[in-house]
Order: sequence, then structure tokens, then C-alpha cells
Amino acid sequence: MATNNDQIEKLIEGELSWQELRNDVLPDPKDQQRFETTRAVLQSSVDWDNPILVPLNDHLYVVGTDEGRKVKADCGAVLCDAGENWKMHTDVRVREDSDELEELYTTWMSPDEDWTFQLREFFCPNCYEQLDVEAVPAGYPILQKFDPDIDTFYEDWQDELAPDKR
Amino acid sequence: MSKTVDDTGDETDQPIGWDGQTLQEMLATSEELLEETDRYYGTETLELKDEDPFTYEQMFARVRGALVNARETALHVSASPIVREIGELSFQLYTPEGDCIAPSTGIIVHVHTGSLAIKYMIEEDYEHERGINPGDIFCNNDNELGNVHTTDVHTIVPIFHDGELVAWADGVTHEVDIGGMTRGHDQVASTSRYEDGLYATCEKIGDDDELYQDWKDRAQRAVRTPMYWDLDEKCRLSGCHMLRTAVEDMIDDVGVEQFKQFSREAIEEGRITLEERVKERLFPGTYRDASFMPVPFEEAGWKPTSQQNMLNHLPVEMEVFADGSLSVDMEGASPPGPHPYNSAAGSMQGGLWVSLTQCLLHDGKVNDGSYFAVDTNFPEGSVVNPQDPSRSYHTSWGSIMPSYNAVWKNLSRGFFARGFREEVVTGYSETGDTLQGGGQFDATEEYFPVGPFDLSCQGLGASAVRDGLDHGYAMWNPEADMGDIEEWEIVEWGLPYLGRELKPNTAGHGKYRGGAGWGALRVVAGASDVSLSKHVRPGVSFSTSGLHGGYPQATNYSVRAHETDLHDRFDDREQYPTGDRLPEDLDENIDGDIVRTERGLYFPTTFDEGDLVYYHMGGGPGYGDPLERSVERVVADVEEDIYTPDVVERVYGVVGEFDEASRTFDLDEEGTEQSKAEIRERRETESQPASEFWETERERIQDGDVSDPVTWMYSGVLDQSEEWGAQFREFWDLPAEFDME
Ligand SMILES: [Zn+2]
Repeated sequence: MATNNDQIEKLIEGELSWQELRNDVLPDPKDQQRFETTRAVLQSSVDWDNPILVPLNDHLYVVGTDEGRKVKADCGAVLCDAGENWKMHTDVRVREDSDELEELYTTWMSPDEDWTFQLREFFCPNCYEQLDVEAVPAGYPILQKFDPDIDTFYEDWQDELAPDKR
Repeated sequence: MSKTVDDTGDETDQPIGWDGQTLQEMLATSEELLEETDRYYGTETLELKDEDPFTYEQMFARVRGALVNARETALHVSASPIVREIGELSFQLYTPEGDCIAPSTGIIVHVHTGSLAIKYMIEEDYEHERGINPGDIFCNNDNELGNVHTTDVHTIVPIFHDGELVAWADGVTHEVDIGGMTRGHDQVASTSRYEDGLYATCEKIGDDDELYQDWKDRAQRAVRTPMYWDLDEKCRLSGCHMLRTAVEDMIDDVGVEQFKQFSREAIEEGRITLEERVKERLFPGTYRDASFMPVPFEEAGWKPTSQQNMLNHLPVEMEVFADGSLSVDMEGASPPGPHPYNSAAGSMQGGLWVSLTQCLLHDGKVNDGSYFAVDTNFPEGSVVNPQDPSRSYHTSWGSIMPSYNAVWKNLSRGFFARGFREEVVTGYSETGDTLQGGGQFDATEEYFPVGPFDLSCQGLGASAVRDGLDHGYAMWNPEADMGDIEEWEIVEWGLPYLGRELKPNTAGHGKYRGGAGWGALRVVAGASDVSLSKHVRPGVSFSTSGLHGGYPQATNYSVRAHETDLHDRFDDREQYPTGDRLPEDLDENIDGDIVRTERGLYFPTTFDEGDLVYYHMGGGPGYGDPLERSVERVVADVEEDIYTPDVVERVYGVVGEFDEASRTFDLDEEGTEQSKAEIRERRETESQPASEFWETERERIQDGDVSDPVTWMYSGVLDQSEEWGAQFREFWDLPAEFDME
């Protein structure tokens, strides 16, 4: 279905009505311009000028800069080079004891602390938005969950150069 | 040689494949052509579709209609509510080589399992050794040869035209009981095949459209519920025969050559559709996630070999390639173990299939074409592909469901990158087997089985634009529903419900929360010799995460009450319990021996008159930072009993007065603002740079300072997979000889 900028803005803000979501956004075939529309909406929502290449989550983007491609937060913090595991450049809080877990859940409904299972909360070191939460056993490697192949996307699938190469 | 009957009624020894080929020759050709051309059967162009699209689409609609019709009609033959009410059955149509042309609705996880069973029969040369003839009936539930778990039973019927095998029909139902070591459909205490129950190994069970008497006797004597078994089998067989008639009619109308061409083009179109959809919806690159399955058997286990706490590792790395093809790699999965969660590769393929049809291919031609577009690695000798018939595969969903929670998150990262936020889904609550067992109903002195499938209404995960569906979702059968209480009580005579109610604080937190779960309380009434088991996962740990800053759903627990004062309460007209809405609520309205554990499971346990059993369904994982959840939504959550006021204050920073009687939440705006600011400040003061965490966690691993089940996991995986071991050691900068014992 065709969507317009206004609808995509609302979609991103979570303000699109169920009616519009159901009738215009969810059905197939999808809007072929969705990526570009989304990118334009996101670009106008941030206070910096580096071209957004791909959004990673609600607050992080891979952007083009004079120093190469970086992972940048909407608050302006630059975490690391694109391709690096950005979580290694955040601040992390670990909940492993029952009292720490029961702050979020209730008694009987969170892990048995004897199993040494962790919730790892990853925060932006600048604004403390929560960027990711891992639920993993102690000692588990911090995974880099998405490593986008940006040039393949633009050059092979969109038939154009990535915005930082144009 | 296979005997087929020619026009004169004489038996001939002709091969039954197309154009004088044997089935083995057809299968070999198919595999070679796929390898050479990357296209199904080397189909370069969809000629029929391109030249006569109307006829082509009409044929697909006819096949699909026949499958759905077979399912909707045949389920009325069954007496089991699992089949009749919840629809735990499906039918599939396959090519002679065993490739799925189209499935019905229902438990479509079986699209590829039937395929494997047919290929097994071809590879073992049933054509010449056992014979494949018009009117034959085959049965399989042997998991590694093509099944999801033992209690799913397939009936497979060949469809002939003029002495040629033109297709196969396959019907599958989920049995109420499969004759395993304990009462119930999924054995949770089973640790090896020898406790699993009845197996049919691609067995010929009838000819001339009639079931063999010895098969019927063997099967019905092997299960606890012969009447349900008999009617389920008739249901599968009648559905297959309906499907056969539909194919024969279609061939009469369009000719056999067109039917053959159609069946191959339909699969190639399915393959092309998946690749196109990948390019439209996902982003090229590498995606990684990991799930975990806690196996808390140290106290709960029965067999000495299984009495240990284990943690299965279920990592999923996916790659989206430039050509639109996909790979799913589970390198690093745990070894198989003395538990029922071992899963055959075919079951894992089925899980992939169920996932793709829900996440990526909601429409279009869904068939084995999508299987051919995905390159999978379920490592041989691991819990997701043991290659060992002696293992128990009874509850393979205990590996499938957590694994696909990781797959869904990987796909969702791709949807998000492309701007398709509405397609993001963070995962789901795993269904487990809430309650199973049986007993003797005193009034009729008959056995009643217990296996309520209202477990098919769990919480679904959030998307990136809205909350997850509350208590209305099962990963393995997206059309499942809860079923009325009365529907279960019709069968489970001795175990009426005292209540069903929402279960607050189950939904995973986030900017968009996961769907919520619910719970039920039941009582043993007018029954004796009752044993029940409960199996809700995960209990002692999480099995999956949330997405983009959202949290996983709450974990599960168990509670039951024995030697209760329920009848005294009835006599005295006192309050009796209707659930355990908040943990320990139950205890307020009952006296007795209350057994509560953090484990979501217990193996079969004796229950007496007036004993209570509680089970509950989980919520779905959340999406995004909970501090970004709109305050209005949080207020509604409290008023609708999704979360309790204390929890929303701690997690969302939303403060106010809740009036229980009117169910209204009076928001304290100033307090909320302050509380949110405090939560954010605490993030700063209570966190440390990830690099510092890395240092301390590394020391901890070197000291082996993790729990026994976590050690069990690392030790097993480091033994099992050099590749994963190398990644693990590299991440923590550990020497090549580092090991965990
Ligand atoms: Zn920030």
C-alpha cells in the first residue's frame, strides 16, 4: 500500500491509528519507498547532519562522517566505528541477584539466582537511553547482533551509491 | 519391482515415477538440477504461469482449497478436542519426490516433515522393496525420519494416475496420548526413545484403502485412549482420500501433463517469492542472537542419568545475501542430552517454515520453495540434529521454540532497518505443556485424559509500533484458540476449572510491552487414580531477550495444593480460590499442603479428591526502553490488570493511586516526572563502562565462578563446536587451551 511521509512519521512516533495501521501500513504489497521515506523522516528528526545510512534501533544509526562510517546516537554521541560491536562502547548495568531481578518482575516470576543468569542493560553513555537488554547466562559473550552490509544494500538492491558516497 | 495394476487388471512391473523413471531416479534428477541451476527442478521460466496465469492461479487455488477443505471436514471425524476444537491437524500435498506443493492451514510446522518421510521411503527403495501401490496407506511418527515430536502422527497416501505416482497426500494430527511412559501427549519425563511410546517408522499400515487389522490392534492397544486414536486415524485417512479425489478431479479437468508442470512451477515460484520478499523486507548483512533452555532436572528428574541441572545453548546466526537468499546457522548448539528436548533437523526445518510464513511470507505461495531458498546448518550431533534414534524427541518444542525466538529477533532487526517497523515482532511466550495426565472418573469408571490445549493462547511479543497480542497466540499454530472451558471439561471429566483469569506482570516491559498471559485453577472432583504433570518453560531462567531495549517476559513457576480444606469451604460457604493471580494469592483462600517452586515443571504426581492444580501462560517479550512508554498506556496497563501499580512505579516510573473497586488509576504527574528522572539517574550511577564489565566478567570465567548448569552449557559447547569455542575464547581473550569443567 502507498504510505505518505505523515503516516510514516506517525508510525515512528507510535501515533498511527489502528485504522491506518491496519488499512495502509500492514497489508501487502508494501510501500516500495518505505526505506527512503523512513530515512528522510529520521534524518529530519536528529540535530546533526551526518547522513544516516541505516537505523540500528530507536536511538542508534550507522552514519557517514569525514572519519568514515560510525555508530552514532540521536543525542549526538558517537559510540564507535561501523562494524564494531557498539555495545562494548556503552555503559552496562547487570542484574543477577534476586532482589535486582525482582525490581522488574515479582517474586516467583524471575530467574532463580542460583542459576547465575543475567539481565544486562546497555545504556547510551551520554543520555542513558536504554539501547539493548540481554538475557544471558553469566560469562556469555556480548554479541554484535546486527552487522549490516551497507554497500551491498545501496549498490545491489537500491541501484545507487550509499548517501555518504554520493 | 512394484506391482501396479494395468487396464486389463494384470499386475505390471513398471517403475511408478514419471516417464518410466523410478522414484529414486526422479529424486536424484531433482537434486542435481537444483544443485546445477539453483532453481527447483531447473525450472528456468514459469511457463504456465506466464502464458496462462489465470489457469495457473486457479489450479493453485484449487489445490489450496482442497487442502483446507480436507482439514475442515476431516477434523469432524476426530473426537479429540485437540484436533476438533484447537485444530491441531494439517494436510499437505507433495510431489512424487516429496516436495511440498501446498499445505492446508493448521499445524503447518509439518510441511517439511512429511517431505522427509517421503524422501526416506524413496531412498530406502520402498518402490521395489516394500511396494508403493494405489490404495496403500503409510504411517510415520519417527522423528528423525520426518516428524516434530512423537505424539504427531502422519498418514501418507500415494496418488496415482495411469500407473504413475503423481503426488502424495499427508495428514497429521496431534494425539491425546501416544502410549509413552506417563499419561499425556508429550512425555516430559522421557529421557530416551525407549520411554517415548508408540512409534511407526514409515510403516505400511494398509492397502486397498483399508487399514491392516494387525496395525489397528497394535496401535490401539499401545495407547491409553484407543477411541481417540481410532477416530484421529480415520480423520487423517479420510482427509488424505478427499485430497486424492480432488487431485484426480483436477487431472481429469486439466490433463496430467499440466498438473505435473503446475506442481513444479508452484514450488519454484515459492522459492522466487521468498528471495524477492527478503530483498523487499530485510537488509543484507549478518544477524546474531542466542536463546537458552534451562533444564532443571536435578530435583525434578526421575532417571538418575537425567537428575542434573542443564542449560541448552541455542545460538542463531543468520545471513542475508545479496541475491536475496538466507542462511540460518546454529553452530554452537549444545550436545543432545538425557531430556525430551532433542530435536531432529526436520523439526527445526519445520520451525523455520512456521516462522517464515508468519514473519515474512504471510501471503503468496507458501511451500517447499521457501525451504530451497534457505541454507540451514543444524550441526550434526547437536541437540538440534542429534542423528541418534535412541534419544527422546518427545518435547522437541523445548528446543524449537527458544531457537525461533532468536530467529524472529534477527528478522526483526532487518525489518526495522528497512523501515518496516510494523513487521517487527520480538518473539513470543513458549507454550510448554501446561498440564498433562489423566485419571479414573468415578461416575463412569472410565479413564479420562488431561491435556488442555488452552495453552495455545500465550502472549505475543511487541512490535516496534504497538504492544503484543494479549493471551491469544501460539507460535506453532497461528490459528489456534483457547477453547471454552466446557470444551475441555467434556473430555477431562474429573478436573473441572475453578477459574481462568488474567495474569498480571507476565508481559515483557518496554516502550511497547509484550502481550500478557493468563492462568487457570482446577480441582480434582469425583475422580481417583489421578496423576498430573506440569511443564511450563522457562522457569528458573529466561530463555530469550526483548528487543532494542525491551525486556524479556517474566519467568514461570509451579504451584499445587494437596490435602486441602476445599470441601469444608464449600460446606461452610466460605471463599474458595479461583487462581493465583499474584503469586501466593492462592494461599489466602485455601489450607493444605501447598507446593510451590520456581521451576515451571513437575513430573507426574498423584492428586487426590479436592487437590488443586494451577498453571499459567507467559507473556511476550517487550520492545524499546520502558521509560519511553507513554504514561497513558501505563495507566491503562494498571487499569486492565496487565501490570500492578508497584511494578509500573519501579519499571516505568509511573506513580499514582489505584482504586481497586473502580479499577481506576489516578496519575500523580509530578511524582511520575520525578520518579522517571530518578530511574534515569540510577542508570548512570549503577552502570559501568562495558569495557570494565568485560574485565571482571572475564576473570569470573577464568575462575569458573558460574553456576553448575551454566558450566554444563559452556563445557558441552566447547567440546561440541571448535568454531563457537574459538569465538568464545576470542571474545574473552582466553588462551586456545581454555576449557570449562
Ligand atoms: Zn545518547
